[in-house]
Amino acid sequence: MTALLIRDLRLAMRAGGGFGLGLAFYLILAVLVPLGVGPEGDTLALIAPGILWVGALLSCLLSLDRLFALDYEDGSLDLLATAPIPLEGVVTMKALAHWITTGLPLTLVAPVLGVLLNLPAAGFGWLVASLLLGTPALSVIGTFGAALTLGLRRGGLLLSLLVLPLYVPTLVFGAQAVVRGAAGLGTATPLLLLAGITAGAAALLPFASAAAIRINLR
Amino acid sequence: MASIWRYANPRKFMETSGWLLPGVSILAALCIATGVIWGFFFTGEDYRQGSTVKIVFLHVPAALMAINAWLMMLVASLIWLIRRHHVSALAAKAAAPVGVTMTLIALITGAVWGQPMWGTWWAWDPRLTSFLILFLFYLGYIALWQAIEDPDTAADLTSVLCLVGSVFALLSRYAVNFWNQGLHQGASLSVVDEGAPMDIAYRLPLYFAMAGFALLFIALLLAGTRTEIRARRMQALLTRERMG
Repeated sequence: MTALLIRDLRLAMRAGGGFGLGLAFYLILAVLVPLGVGPEGDTLALIAPGILWVGALLSCLLSLDRLFALDYEDGSLDLLATAPIPLEGVVTMKALAHWITTGLPLTLVAPVLGVLLNLPAAGFGWLVASLLLGTPALSVIGTFGAALTLGLRRGGLLLSLLVLPLYVPTLVFGAQAVVRGAAGLGTATPLLLLAGITAGAAALLPFASAAAIRINLR
Repeated sequence: MASIWRYANPRKFMETSGWLLPGVSILAALCIATGVIWGFFFTGEDYRQGSTVKIVFLHVPAALMAINAWLMMLVASLIWLIRRHHVSALAAKAAAPVGVTMTLIALITGAVWGQPMWGTWWAWDPRLTSFLILFLFYLGYIALWQAIEDPDTAADLTSVLCLVGSVFALLSRYAVNFWNQGLHQGASLSVVDEGAPMDIAYRLPLYFAMAGFALLFIALLLAGTRTEIRARRMQALLTRERMG
């Protein structure tokens, strides 16, 4: 399973792997929003937590359709499905690789974009904490969406329609944690719920994703 | 042995549903007509809301069925995944368009009522927001059905989506509760609480409308499932013709 993780990471890092695209998208979004909304610092401070979280969501979405597509096309997925490791494990490793190549870098650059968006100083720590807790859930849920749309030729658009509603609870709790943190309020509740969603999704969704892949490989 | 699983046989289902459908449809029409006409023309006006209160006779039943249609899809999906009865998968497929329409009716009647009462067509209230999210879930479910060509694969994948979606829809419901305080009033009806804040004069026609919408859902569901079964049979006939 470690070998699989390293393989996926290598493939993602290689040219054309799409690593960095999500990051660039995140940056562009953080630049475009002030251009659209206007440069007033107070307005930006108000919407910064939401924009940063929605941006993280969309950047995660960007690389989801490549998650299984290449392995599906060249037949490696069939081999992985018949390999001695359970398919649930394969799916979990794929989600982990996706998180390391998108969720983790997003979390790390988010404070920089927070400066661009005039996020209140108290919010930075909570931004990183909430993204660190929440982005794994985004990857795991996204893996499920990618598994559902595996066999479709033009699955990208459908994938976003399926996955984005599933992101609602994560987004709400994540952004609320930052909003409350920035306002100096208690953040324990949203962060705990966020952690709960991530833990629950990581524990249960791989079974659903693996089931969807088995159906698609039939 | 008389068991509910007899109706998993498409022929038996077609027989029984063909016999049930006209009755259920007529009963649904009667109940809705009674509830709505009684509610619209023979109840007094609320002393603060005036005549706008009467939209409740459409709004509440539609909202009720919007949620129940999803629950029915969940049960049907489970039955399909566990027992592989095709009628069940087709019933789930047929329920989705009805459910999404009910959700839309609830949202639109709510907006029409909210404009004069709350002074706004739309507010990001937890109930309103969770209905909008439910609407998105329905859209995703229907889109997935339409995107996949192989009917069995489509049934399997949509069932898995329905199961996972139910959990996340429920989570979203509580998430939006946490996210914003509500403008929407609490429940006007309660099954257990006899001291419900709604007068009996309003409650009786509302019960009729609710029964009517439930029957309407059943009628549309039966009709939709019958259409799906016929489409499936036609497909089989066409395939056989092409082979032979």
